[in-house]
Amino acid sequence: MAEVPRAVAHHFDDFAQQHEASTLGMWAFLVTEIMFFGGMFLGYLIYRGSYPGAFAEASNHMDIILGTINTAVLIASSLTVVLSVHAAHEDKQKALLIFLALTVFLGLVFLGIKFTEYAHKFDEQLFPGMNFRYDGENPRHAAIFFSFYFAMTGLHALHMVIGIGIFLVLMVSAWRGRYSKHYFTPVEMSGLYWHFVDVVWIFLFPLFYLLGRHS
Amino acid sequence: MKAEKLDYPTEPRRHYLNADYGVMSWLFTVDHKRIALLYLGTITVMFFIGGAAAVLFRLELATPQGDVVISETYNKLFSAHGIIMVFFFLIPSIPATLGNFLVPMMIGARDLAFPRLNLLSWYLLVIGAVFALGAVLAGGVDTGWTFYTPYSSVYSNTFVVVTIIGVFLAGFSSILTGLNFIVTIHTMRAPGLTWFRLPLFIWAHYATSMINLLGTPVVAITLGLVVLEGVFGLGIFNPTLGGDPVLFQHLFWFYSHPAVYIMVLPSMGVVSEVITCFSRKRIFSYRFVAFSSIAIAVLGFLVWGHHMFVSGQSLYASMIFSLLSMFVAIPSAVKVFNWTATLYGGSISYATPLLYGLGFIGLFTVGGLTGVLIASLGVNVHVHDTYFIVAHFHYIMVGGALMGYLGGLHYWWPKISGRIYPEGWAKFAALIIFVGFNLTFFPQFILGYLGMPRRYHVYPEEFQVLNVMSSAGASILGIGYIIPMIYLVWSMRYGKPAGANPWGSTGLEWQTPSPPPTYNFEKTPIITREVYDYRKQESHG
Amino acid sequence: MSPGFHLFPEQASTMAPRVDALYFYLVGISVFFSLLIFTLVIYFAIKYRRGFEEEEPPPEMRDILALEVTWIVVPLILALIAFFWGANVYYALARPPQNALEIFVVGRQWMWKFQHPDGQREINQLHVPLGRPVKLTLASEDVIHSFFIPAFRVKYDVVPGRYTTIWFEATQPGQFHLFCAEYCGTQHSGMIGQVVVLEPEQYEAWLGGELGAPRAVAGLPTSRPVPEGSLTAKGQQLFRDLGCQVCHRMEKQGIGPVLTGVFGSQVKLQSGETVTADESYVRESILNPQAKITAGFQPLMPPFQGRINEEEVMQLVAYIKSLGQTQAGNRQGAVSSTK
Repeated sequence: MAEVPRAVAHHFDDFAQQHEASTLGMWAFLVTEIMFFGGMFLGYLIYRGSYPGAFAEASNHMDIILGTINTAVLIASSLTVVLSVHAAHEDKQKALLIFLALTVFLGLVFLGIKFTEYAHKFDEQLFPGMNFRYDGENPRHAAIFFSFYFAMTGLHALHMVIGIGIFLVLMVSAWRGRYSKHYFTPVEMSGLYWHFVDVVWIFLFPLFYLLGRHS
Repeated sequence: MKAEKLDYPTEPRRHYLNADYGVMSWLFTVDHKRIALLYLGTITVMFFIGGAAAVLFRLELATPQGDVVISETYNKLFSAHGIIMVFFFLIPSIPATLGNFLVPMMIGARDLAFPRLNLLSWYLLVIGAVFALGAVLAGGVDTGWTFYTPYSSVYSNTFVVVTIIGVFLAGFSSILTGLNFIVTIHTMRAPGLTWFRLPLFIWAHYATSMINLLGTPVVAITLGLVVLEGVFGLGIFNPTLGGDPVLFQHLFWFYSHPAVYIMVLPSMGVVSEVITCFSRKRIFSYRFVAFSSIAIAVLGFLVWGHHMFVSGQSLYASMIFSLLSMFVAIPSAVKVFNWTATLYGGSISYATPLLYGLGFIGLFTVGGLTGVLIASLGVNVHVHDTYFIVAHFHYIMVGGALMGYLGGLHYWWPKISGRIYPEGWAKFAALIIFVGFNLTFFPQFILGYLGMPRRYHVYPEEFQVLNVMSSAGASILGIGYIIPMIYLVWSMRYGKPAGANPWGSTGLEWQTPSPPPTYNFEKTPIITREVYDYRKQESHG
Repeated sequence: MSPGFHLFPEQASTMAPRVDALYFYLVGISVFFSLLIFTLVIYFAIKYRRGFEEEEPPPEMRDILALEVTWIVVPLILALIAFFWGANVYYALARPPQNALEIFVVGRQWMWKFQHPDGQREINQLHVPLGRPVKLTLASEDVIHSFFIPAFRVKYDVVPGRYTTIWFEATQPGQFHLFCAEYCGTQHSGMIGQVVVLEPEQYEAWLGGELGAPRAVAGLPTSRPVPEGSLTAKGQQLFRDLGCQVCHRMEKQGIGPVLTGVFGSQVKLQSGETVTADESYVRESILNPQAKITAGFQPLMPPFQGRINEEEVMQLVAYIKSLGQTQAGNRQGAVSSTK
């Protein structure tokens, strides 16, 4: 069977160079994302160190069931991402499309649950700056906990939305037969991005939902 | 009469400037050289706007009273000057113009790794500039470029959020440019171009890109938190809600100190190029100069607390930051000594780029040494937040970085435009700039030690004489900057055609016509020589 | 400073000559290295200028490692001297002497308010005695300011939400500029004043209100000291008005700890930590008591943040100090880690 020509952009010498550049580029981008989230993680850690009691108590207001479900959903979505990359590698077009679609679906489930949690928090008046009401020992310090909660999970959710958008685009391209075992770089790179967003959640979950819980 | 042989260079038929015509061919280009020119236009406009703000407030400062503008306006003027100059001129300057144009050419590549991302970077800067200028037109921002909390998040009544959006976008522009450079330098070098054959301009841009990648996201998220605090009343930096205003300073300076190295490292790269070319010698101790760029980038991330010695930071933290600041001075000193040693025994011609390079060495030395002075804790207490600091950073940013930028612009102007600029006018402008610069900023060292604080609209009478000197210098400096704008534009139409290599440089970018074709090289070059090798070569046919 | 043109600020404190000596060392090495580089660069540029178009490029030079090492090590040594010397001076600036005269300062947009221990209050003008160490405890009511007296070579930021301190000992009588040195809004450059250094007898006279209204200085509000009652007395009044004594009994333990003798002592907290009860601790315990609960007590005290201003806090601090104190370590700058 004739070799399918690989898509190589005009400025690269060959496919290998293009693939190397794409991979290095995505990893470099993820490093910037680490620094981006990192600023807020640092802020969170500093205030947690200053107000450990208030943070632990505020953590009890998190909905641990929904949080745990979301964690499972995201980990499952990372699995579907890996499976989609694998499908592309094996030239299995139908499997690729299915796993891309599953990833999008799981991402939407995550966002739906997150949106539900946010709605609960608004109802309980736990959004700082908008009728914040807190019956614990130190409302001001608890408010800082919730400020970081909304800022960090909000930024994470924004990244999820972008990720879902990217995977929708991948689905369209896959539908059009753009990917094959000779060329599936965008699937790989988007997969890296999705895994990163997942890992950020793996850090967010214990820091907000699990610390200092009383049973 | 004998027919005379044509011995002046002619322009190539097709090159990147005439490859395609029309506004759309520029707005949707992916050619790194065209994108470089798009950036050149943008940052030049921003430079003159930021400069206009400076003209106004230097005019005000010629008298002790506030008789030109009211205090609120004055505060908006110095804020606009700082924000525009730092985020919309200095940070992009060399990387986005000369870097974009030359990085692919110097490594023998056809373009950067991600050409469309490059175009996106430009759009991000432009949209960011629209936000920032929009904020200025709508009434301005008065927090200073440093946005200290809780003033910026709680107390200021000005357009802080709109300005921060602009800065945020400009930040992403520079992150993506840095990413592009790093990937390009790693993966697209021509065959034979090992790391230690790279021009020092490339090393400088690599180090700069490291800082861009790692530091800028932190300031982006920090300013984002300031916006959230202002809009939603969160208590992150607001002490009445349990927040810590000094935490903002830590997060802000974690980026903004390395940022100053983003602003100066590329200029240092330019200086290495012009010193070698115009001495026709290789650089003294190449590896030390190359590694010093990396050392500056790494050490630069460890010293941010030297902006905070009197902020409430602990005594012991201050001591550690002061000690580390002494270390970060050393790689810069290494560069200065190595450039000087490169001149020794050279064959030096006084073209304008070299004059700017020598100016850089002198003025950067003064700026850098005063940095060591400021890093010394006992003196810092007195000079912090005074004009001494203002003088120090302008010696580096203007006497250093901006001179390097102008030197680079002149050096590569023949390559970029295919034309030679008028050398006489260029030297004259360089002289005006040098004199004007020193008259503007040297008196500020004295003013600062006398105790005149920064960001003062009105001041005690005894500071007037030095302020008048400074304002006089500023007007001369302003004229100096306008002159190159005129003759560079003039030369694009009426300048002498340059030819591929008017300076006789060994750089790869000079081995292709001026202006270059869109794809830079006919064939991918293969590198067999060391960099800056000016030894006599066997002649080719 | 006297009007007219100056090139160098006067030295009016014990620390000023020390700071200036370090400054001259640093200026000296800056001038030396600048001249060295300028001279070499200009000399080489002239000596090795290109003649009429030469064919031969200049001979290759070898790298000299010894030279490289020299110009790394020598500047490093000079810079380290600057570090150690500077750290030494900074440490001295951070350590007020014992039995310094303590004055409280509140900065707010756009004025400086001073409270002397005996109750005299001043705005934008601070009278201090010559030849005696003075320690200022600084608080901000709004944004970050910075307290700067150039003639004394002292400066420290005034940060909302905490106390910072500064100390000096004046060595010249006269009037000296006081500037706010951290941009704080519209009238930042108007947030200035004077420090008036008086001979000891004159200072006593001023304290007693005998000097009359000081000579008006153009543009500054004059302040006549009015002994309305000492800081401590006002603090005591406030203590009663706010109902503190309900829980904080004087002799026996009530709902809250006894405060006699607490100032300066080591306090064991519920969290297990031990902290020193300095000004910052007392301030925080009033404004935000939940932050540090004393071991063995319930977290019942309501926060007073937003109910009293910084000046009132200072009065309460002065009162609690007056209830007996243990020797506390005094420090300029970041007083302690409490906010």
